[in-house]
Amino acid sequence: MRVLWMKKEDLREFLESSKQFGELWGPVQKGEVYVYDKIDDFSRLILEPKRTLLPVKKLIHPPEFNILRYEGETYKTELENIPRRVVYGVPPCDIHGLLILDDLFRRYYPDPYYITRRERTAILGVSFCTPTEGCLCKSMGTDVVQEGFDLFFSDLKDFYLVWVGSSLGDDMVKVRPDLFNNNITRKHLDKFMECKKERDEKFTKSIDMTVIPDIMELSYDSPVWEEIGERCLECGACTMVCPTCNCYNVVDEPSISGFTGERRRYWDCCIFTEYSLVAGGDNFRATRADRLKLWYTHKLKSFGYSGKPACVGCGRCIDTCPVDINVLSVVRGLLGGKEKEGKS
Amino acid sequence: MNKSNEENPFVPEPARIVRKYDLSDDVRFFQIRFVDMEKALSMRYLPGQFMMLSIAGAGEAPFSISSTPSRPGLLEFCVREVGEVTRALFRLKENSIVGIRGPYGNGFPLDKIKGNNLIIVVGGLGAAPLRSLLLYALDNRDNFGNVYLLHGARTPSDMLFKEEFLELKERDDLQCLLSVDKDPTGDWPCYVAKVTKLFKYVKNVNVAKTYAAVCGPPVMYKFVIEKLVKLGIPKHQILMTLERRMKCGIGKCGHCVVGHTYTCIDGPVFTYWDVTNMRELI
Repeated sequence: MRVLWMKKEDLREFLESSKQFGELWGPVQKGEVYVYDKIDDFSRLILEPKRTLLPVKKLIHPPEFNILRYEGETYKTELENIPRRVVYGVPPCDIHGLLILDDLFRRYYPDPYYITRRERTAILGVSFCTPTEGCLCKSMGTDVVQEGFDLFFSDLKDFYLVWVGSSLGDDMVKVRPDLFNNNITRKHLDKFMECKKERDEKFTKSIDMTVIPDIMELSYDSPVWEEIGERCLECGACTMVCPTCNCYNVVDEPSISGFTGERRRYWDCCIFTEYSLVAGGDNFRATRADRLKLWYTHKLKSFGYSGKPACVGCGRCIDTCPVDINVLSVVRGLLGGKEKEGKS
Repeated sequence: MNKSNEENPFVPEPARIVRKYDLSDDVRFFQIRFVDMEKALSMRYLPGQFMMLSIAGAGEAPFSISSTPSRPGLLEFCVREVGEVTRALFRLKENSIVGIRGPYGNGFPLDKIKGNNLIIVVGGLGAAPLRSLLLYALDNRDNFGNVYLLHGARTPSDMLFKEEFLELKERDDLQCLLSVDKDPTGDWPCYVAKVTKLFKYVKNVNVAKTYAAVCGPPVMYKFVIEKLVKLGIPKHQILMTLERRMKCGIGKCGHCVVGHTYTCIDGPVFTYWDVTNMRELI
C-alpha cells in the first residue's frame, strides 16, 4: 500500500480540496453525541476520531429508502438520486463493519442499492482513537484495518500517516500533492509504534474471542438467555447502532390513486416479535430469549456467508442498551459472572 | 426497461395469471406465465425452489413452485389466503398481471435422488412444493426406483389436488397412498388414518437406496421423521423443505436466517442431518 505523511494543519485544506469528489460528511457534535452529518461549516467537523451514535452504515445502508417505483405492475429501479460523498472520520471498527456488510450485499445476488452507495462514497478513515469504556476493537482484531477505505489517516499527534487504499484515494491525493510527503523514515515508524502502544494501554475491557464462539455453542440451553429475555425492553436500539446489523423489511407505499407507488426498504430488527412471524401465525422465534440468542449468535459466533462472528467491538451496544444487555454483559453471564477486567 | 432494472435482482418481471381455481376452502391454484414468452419457455428451475410473487401495493412474498420443470412454459402455485399479499392475489381475476422473480433456493438434489427409490410424504399445504417433485419423478420415471406418495389431509375437502392424485392411483408405477384423518361424508375411497399409519404399506425397500421428501405443517415432522428413521433411511437422505419469513429471497434481508444459514439460499430444502445439527430448523 502507498503510505504518505501529512502535516496536521494541512488536513483542513486537503478536505476542502476533496469536496470535488462529493459532498463532505463527517462527525459533528449534536447535544451529547456525535453524528455523521454533511459539513457545510468546517468548524463543526470533529477532526479526531469519535464514536458516532450511528455507524457509517447509515450512509451506505440507510434506515429507509425507495428501492422501486411502480406504476401498475411495471417496476422501475430507484438508483438515480444517490449522491457522491466523501466521508471523513470513520474509525477502523466501522470500516470492519462495512467489510462484513460488503460480503453480504455483494455475494450471490449483488444488491445494487448497497453497491452503488458504497461506490459513490469515499471512506476516509481515522485512528488512533482514544479507547473509551466499552471499546473492544482490540479483542475483536478490528483496531487496525488494511482494506475497505479510500484513504486512512493515522493520527500520530505531530502528523498523519496517510494510507492510500484505493485508486479513488490516490486521485484525491493527487489534487493536492503539495500537502503530502512520500518520504517515510524510521522516525515515522517509531512514532507509529509509540502511539499504538500508548493507545493499546488504554483499553479497559476485553473479550477472549478465541473461546467465545465455542462458549456460545455450549451455552445454547443456558439460563442466561431467559434472564436477558426478561430484562430486554425490545426497543431494538442495539440493532440500529450495530455496524453489522443489516436486516431490513420491505413495504409498499401506494399513492392516493393506488395505481402508482413506492416499494421501500426499512431497517428491521430481529429483536421484534414479528421478525420471524409467517403468514398463518407460526412464529419461529416466539420468545425474546430466542431472538436475543439469534442476535448474539451473529455477533459472537457466526454470521453471514463467511460464518464468522460479526461483532467489531465498537462498544455502541454497551453505550446504548437501557438495561445493560450488550456483548460484554452477555459474555460475562455466559462465563458465569467472571468478566475479565484489565488490559487485553 | 432501463439498464439498471436488468442488473437489479429485486425487480419483478410481469407475469399473467392464465388460470386459477380453488383447491379447498382457502387454498387456490394459480397458473402463471411470464408475459415475455422467451422468458416463459427458457426459465430453468428445480422442484423445491420458490419464487417471490409481487402485487404492487400489497408487497412481495415467497411461494413454492408446484409445477414441474419437465413441463415448461407455465408456473403453478398453490396459495393459502392468509396474509396481505395472498389476500390481494385472491382478488385478482384471470389475465391479471402480477410480478414474479426467481427461481430461488437450492431445490431438491435431483442428481443425488436419481437412481434411488423415492418416498414423498405430504401433509396439507406441503403438497405445494412436493407436487413438483412428484410430477418430475413421474415425467422421468425411468430415472427413479420405486416411487411412493403418502399424502395426508384432515378431511377429503382439505386434500389439495385430490382429483389429480386419485387419478394417479391408476398408475402401476406409483404407490399412491392417500389418507384423511376424518371422513364426514363417508364416501372417501382411500384410507381414513393419520399419514404416519401409511408407512406399513412401504415394505421391502432397500433403505440405503431410498430418499424421502417431507413437507407439511410443523407438527407433522416429528412423527413422520420417526417413521422414516425407523425404516432405516439415512439421515442425509431424508429431505424436507421448510418455511420462513422472507422479504428478499436472496440472502439480504435476514429474516429467514437460522444460525448463519440462509433458508433462501442454503435451503429451503434441508436434510434431517441438517435439522439435527441446527436446532432451530424445525
